[in-house]
Amino acid sequence: MRASRRPIPWHFLIPALIAGAGVLLPLAYLVLRAFEAEPQTLAELVLRERNLRLLLNTVILLVGVLSGTALLALPLAWLTTRSDLRGKRLWTMLLTLPLAVPGFVGAYALLGATGPGGMLEALLGINWPRPWGYWGAWGVLVLFTYPYLFLNLRAGLLGLDPSLEEAAQSLGYRRIEVFFKVVLPQLRPAFYAGGLLVGLHVLGDFGVVSLMRYETFSYAIYLQYSASFDRIYAAWLSLMLIALTGGLLWLESRLLAGLSFSRVGLGSARLARPVPLGSWRWLSYPLLLAPVVGALLIPLATMLYWALRFPHENRVSVSEALANSAQAAAPAALVAVLLALPLAYLGVRFPSPFSRLLERTAYLGYATPPLAFALALIFFSLRGAPFLYQTLTLLVLAYALHFMAEAIGPMRSALYQAPPRLEEAARNLGYGPLQAFLKATFPLLWRGVLASLALVFLSSVKELPLTFLLAPVGYSTLATQIWAYTSEAMYAEAAPYALLIVLFSACFVGLLISQERRK
Amino acid sequence: MNPLNVEYPSPNTSEIPAEPALRVEGLTKRFHPSMPPVVDNLSFAVAPGEIFALLGPSGCGKTTALRLIAGFERPDRGQVWLGQENLTHRPPEKRGIGFVFQDYALFPHLSVFDNVAFGLRSLSPSARRQRVEEVLGLVGLTVFKDRRPHELSGGQQQRVALARAIAPGPKVVLLDEPFSSLDAGLRQVTRDEVRELLKRSGIGAVLVTHDQEEALSFAERLAVMRAGSLEQIGTPEEVYTRPLTPFVAQFLGRTNLIPGEARGIEAETPLGLLRLAEGAVGPVLLSLRPEGFVLEPGGEAVVLSREFKGHDLTYRVRLDGRDYVVQADPHCPCRPGDRVRLEVRDPAVVVGRRGGEV
Repeated sequence: MRASRRPIPWHFLIPALIAGAGVLLPLAYLVLRAFEAEPQTLAELVLRERNLRLLLNTVILLVGVLSGTALLALPLAWLTTRSDLRGKRLWTMLLTLPLAVPGFVGAYALLGATGPGGMLEALLGINWPRPWGYWGAWGVLVLFTYPYLFLNLRAGLLGLDPSLEEAAQSLGYRRIEVFFKVVLPQLRPAFYAGGLLVGLHVLGDFGVVSLMRYETFSYAIYLQYSASFDRIYAAWLSLMLIALTGGLLWLESRLLAGLSFSRVGLGSARLARPVPLGSWRWLSYPLLLAPVVGALLIPLATMLYWALRFPHENRVSVSEALANSAQAAAPAALVAVLLALPLAYLGVRFPSPFSRLLERTAYLGYATPPLAFALALIFFSLRGAPFLYQTLTLLVLAYALHFMAEAIGPMRSALYQAPPRLEEAARNLGYGPLQAFLKATFPLLWRGVLASLALVFLSSVKELPLTFLLAPVGYSTLATQIWAYTSEAMYAEAAPYALLIVLFSACFVGLLISQERRK
Repeated sequence: MNPLNVEYPSPNTSEIPAEPALRVEGLTKRFHPSMPPVVDNLSFAVAPGEIFALLGPSGCGKTTALRLIAGFERPDRGQVWLGQENLTHRPPEKRGIGFVFQDYALFPHLSVFDNVAFGLRSLSPSARRQRVEEVLGLVGLTVFKDRRPHELSGGQQQRVALARAIAPGPKVVLLDEPFSSLDAGLRQVTRDEVRELLKRSGIGAVLVTHDQEEALSFAERLAVMRAGSLEQIGTPEEVYTRPLTPFVAQFLGRTNLIPGEARGIEAETPLGLLRLAEGAVGPVLLSLRPEGFVLEPGGEAVVLSREFKGHDLTYRVRLDGRDYVVQADPHCPCRPGDRVRLEVRDPAVVVGRRGGEV
């Protein structure tokens, strides 16, 4: 005898399946395209020596940024949670804010600040060498992605039970030994979670590496696609990059698998006694100030310097870019929410391996490096839906499918707060499944829906690589304008766009943090 | 499962009314193929206007049974009938059965009035208003109609939930532990109000509860469930005084289970020859309620403990290595350590016929 499950209402199943197909279909086309080559060319493409160099470049950047962010974020997280540092809340906020600067804007700002004629030389007379290549990309990525790790480690440190540390001390361990033997091992889940976010960022990054002219897979894909038009090779590079991302996800899940019991909770009843810094206090300030100066003060000063020093003559093009950004991002937010709502609903109300699979598919779209995803959509539209190629619709779909995962979170939390009994009560009073959802559950979801809309909208506005490859010819947005001007070293022209993007991103981060608090 | 290896008599289903309002036949549900069914071959019927209770310990499947009847879950086997209509394959919104949830499930974004009006959308606005007023009047909440659910007390929320369930005029309402989230003082009052209201409006009701006192006082008939299946159906008096199984005897109040050898209307037991409520032959397990004894001073038995409960006294008494629970009137002078004599006043009830070994 089989257990008869409640059937999933088709009004939710069909949009959820469409969402899943929307992510998988383009990727399938990417694979198809990649295997179109003759076996001989195929072997030549895949086994090219250059691939090895790209792989090496990408991996050393990944490892470098992961180590750099870890070395920066761990002391910062400890100082702002466990020490007797004054103004911990203010420091925490200042150290989180670099999240509001997208990597390519950060790269722009640091390029515009340094070198001859840069902001630093003009205002302070310091001729700091312009960042370039590996160290340039490394520096920018560390400065603007460390907050992911910082926030995770902070949550981890706050969630630790101080009595474990006290137990170790009572067993004769010195404080420093306790940190390495008791605290650090318990922070492993926080390291993995934050590290995964940083890693996905590094692998998906296109703006920073291209502006720093450092050849990783992303940059090579872009070069292949835009310059030599070797699309099959571009497809192969995309697949290699996706494989690398898959490897990172696999590694994270493997590392986490054995740690499921030690997952850090959300704060404990008792807070640890703050550790007095003593004479170390003076050493802690440079450490705290470095990221604030490098990732906040200098970028903001640079943008304002260039914007005020050389007032932009063409206000029309700024407002046009703003309108273009909004015009693509607004419908994308709507579509993403419409696709994510059924996924969130199925995940909460009909939990099963099937609904988890659908949800994972949405996360796959999010984890796929945007450049590879954009390329996949191009192949898909050329073959499967030529009427979409080079249209705004395709760009909107790309944003929606890529950022769908961001929209699931807030709606899922809202759904968990709306008890299923309400829908059952409505069913019992004569409403069909869809009506019951709309009448009983949806009115309780609007906060979550609004948050999801805003998250996708703001993410789409600051998205560079998808816009870059998929925007119709001549359709420039805030993000593409910054990139274009910066790659031509026209820092003054890029400034107003950069300021606008940072404004949007700051809203995004504010929203994200307020969402985190609600949980 | 059954350490005594007792064979139970089959549940008493003889009292199914001729024209039931609600009938459940062979209802079976399992949530996981490798696990035993949560509801196993459940059958019962509820007469029009009758108040019926499903009683059992938590996890016995009673709530699942209710959700199967309402259509929130699908049965693996069995049928649900409302009068002459087979509801088994109907979605919940087409069943016309009211449901009162344990946590009430009032819509937080709607007023009391709109909550009650929620199931009345087929009516014209004026008819709907009239019906809502009528039902709110019935539960005595007319003055609260513009409030939001969170502005009401627990008991008031309870009555709104009931008003919402009965507003569309169902023949039967299902009540899932409706009094469990009320505090003890309010529970009794609300229970009486709800019972009176149901009787006045002539709606049949199925109440699910784990509280035996609630089931005994609220229901006109009740079914005792254990591990998904029915142990016994009957009026509260029948089930209490004539339990069919040791489980029913123990679940509905305290009892003493005594092994014995039946010989017609009497049985040989460690307490001597006991009168039986119903004739039997062979090895049996007997149930004797604490109030079936009389304590006399001086004898073989020893008082172990004394529990004063105001209106009566409960003693634990040991005789020949066996402990008995005995109820006495509050003036009984016996103290722990006293020697007493156990006299049996009531007939014992056969709750199991034992197989070969014991």
